[in-house]
Amino acid sequence: MPKIYLGIDVGSVSTNVVALDEQGQVLTTVYLRTRGQPIQAIQEGLRQVVATLGKDISVAAAGTTGSGRSLAAVMVGADVIKNEITAHAFAASFAVPGVQTVLEIGGQDSKIIILRQGIVTDFAMNTVCAAGTGSFLDQQAARLGIPIEEFGRRALESRSPVRIAGRCAVFAESDMIHKQQQGHPLEDIIAGLCEALVRNYLNNVGKGKEILPPVVFQGGVAANAGMRQAFNRALGTEVIVPKHYGVMGALGAALLAREMRPAVSAFRGFDLTGREFRSGGFECQGCANHCEVVELREGRQVLARWGDRCGKWSNAVAV
Amino acid sequence: MKVTFPHMGHLWLILKTALEGIGLEVVVPPPCTRRTLELGVRHAPESACLPLKVNLGNFLEAKELGADTIVMAGGVGPCRIGYYAQVQREILRDIGCEYKMVVFEPPDVHFSEVWDKVKYLNRRPWQEGVRGVILAWQKACAVDSLEQEVQHLRPREAKPGQADAVFQQALGELDAAGSRGEIKKIVKKAKSEMAKIPRHGGGPLLRVGIVGEIYTLLEPLVNLNIERRLGALGVEVVRGLFLSRWINDNLFKGLLPLPGHHPEKTAPPFLNHFVGGHGWESVGDTVTFARHGCDGVIQLAPLTCMPEIVAHSVMPAVQEARGIPVMTIYLDEQTGEAGLQTRLEAFVDMLRWQKGRKAAERRGTYLQQKLFQGAENKCQKFT
Repeated sequence: MPKIYLGIDVGSVSTNVVALDEQGQVLTTVYLRTRGQPIQAIQEGLRQVVATLGKDISVAAAGTTGSGRSLAAVMVGADVIKNEITAHAFAASFAVPGVQTVLEIGGQDSKIIILRQGIVTDFAMNTVCAAGTGSFLDQQAARLGIPIEEFGRRALESRSPVRIAGRCAVFAESDMIHKQQQGHPLEDIIAGLCEALVRNYLNNVGKGKEILPPVVFQGGVAANAGMRQAFNRALGTEVIVPKHYGVMGALGAALLAREMRPAVSAFRGFDLTGREFRSGGFECQGCANHCEVVELREGRQVLARWGDRCGKWSNAVAV
Repeated sequence: MKVTFPHMGHLWLILKTALEGIGLEVVVPPPCTRRTLELGVRHAPESACLPLKVNLGNFLEAKELGADTIVMAGGVGPCRIGYYAQVQREILRDIGCEYKMVVFEPPDVHFSEVWDKVKYLNRRPWQEGVRGVILAWQKACAVDSLEQEVQHLRPREAKPGQADAVFQQALGELDAAGSRGEIKKIVKKAKSEMAKIPRHGGGPLLRVGIVGEIYTLLEPLVNLNIERRLGALGVEVVRGLFLSRWINDNLFKGLLPLPGHHPEKTAPPFLNHFVGGHGWESVGDTVTFARHGCDGVIQLAPLTCMPEIVAHSVMPAVQEARGIPVMTIYLDEQTGEAGLQTRLEAFVDMLRWQKGRKAAERRGTYLQQKLFQGAENKCQKFT
């Protein structure tokens, strides 16, 4: 039975699964929308892995990452639980050895990671504003009635991009509407928006960091040709978009699981796609903190609880 | 007169002893919770920084318990705390919550300014009052010494939370203690219990220094329990700011024989001047931590805190010159903890990676992968 390494990245917008073989080659990747239902997304992701690779596989190790990493880890039984910054850095330096800068723009957050000689030396994540991220681009594409897949290509047709305020999503949108009403062609507005978002990213997330080539651009937004071009222009160097740019978090988690090589994996088996998981929440009335406790149940059994400050609920579950 | 005061970490225990010592009836506000934050946020100006909001919440909750006088610290220099007391008094008056306010500040001209306020509050013969203040001071030193022990133990204990449990118990006992002898006994007992806590024989520990604005540093509600989170990630936390030191620096003008901050010696050439709040100390302490072999520094500040913004902008230069990674975290009213946890885990991974590289360079072996794996999922309890 061939051994595989699984990586699962449960993000706010997308849930991705990557399966690697023992040499670290990518066997299959799955990209799904989370739609606020991580449990279903994880089950569907695993179902698709089985659909592609067949039932005759054994999982040697599994890793989870992303904002839903704890939930995913309990559900599937993970050997490695890693934050998304480490996972992305690991995947980037695997895909492009010698990478010195990683630009990552996902659905809800964006990060910059600085590596020197294969080691992370600095990083930052967006704090105040989601202006430069995928959801905002999605929203603007929808507003302009252009499919998101075409959005970036249209930017490339622009001759003279208009200037759009990029500091804040609300400012950017009203600026765009004003320019539209003045009669600027759509492609110039889209190209201007891409430049504004890149400017925003570099000033906000990348501030004070030394961006040296090779620069890798990954995350869902790397699909956008307009954003790639805007980065190339702003940085004066060609950004590299790795083959699996959209699932780099999951790839990193799988690679980390492969690095770890546990004697026996904690993976709970592919049949968990058929089991019934439910998450529920309640407000603890134990003190004035009123912590919002979340619990994950399989059937009637509580698998895990989160969210309490004092540990009263989370410690009550034997893991 | 029923006096109350704002919370700041374990300050309540010390203030309560001091104020009771001078013969006052004390109302300790309920511990800071989400309700405190909600009350404060509702009535405070949106653009004010977080300490003002939480303090206001404390006052409103203390009023429910019958307090009528507030004792609080003010400040001088370019930090907003200097007029917090006045702003809070106006807000409280506007919402019909009457309080008298006594504000202690670093004396401008003469120590007698502090003395006058003490005289106003004092209800007992001087000797007794002084005895109470000395007892409070001894408690401050006891709390700080136990807390340092907890910081040492958190990354080493086999089961997270045991050291903190002993500490919490000791705090309750210290609150009730009435003499120096009792305090000594409590500290001794707590330390011997801590010594018995089983430890894991895990890999090399990281040491991270915490610098920044004092309130975000000392109040766990506001910093989302950052020290415990780091401890559970296997990081030993060191901090330059402790209550006893702050009391000494701020109220007694550094008269007591304690190791004080000397940013004038440590911060230059990066920052040569006082910038308000603890901005100067943040830079100076970062330099000190780098010199003492810390692996990294985390700077904490409430969002929009001007002194810390100045310090933040100086940090890249310190980072470059002293070779110590610095991560700045701005805290505001959000209670979502996932973002903080992700940043902390990533920072710790990064430090572990770098430490592995340094060790590998020294020994000429390739250790980093091994160390990197050691960083796995230790802190899931907090997410």
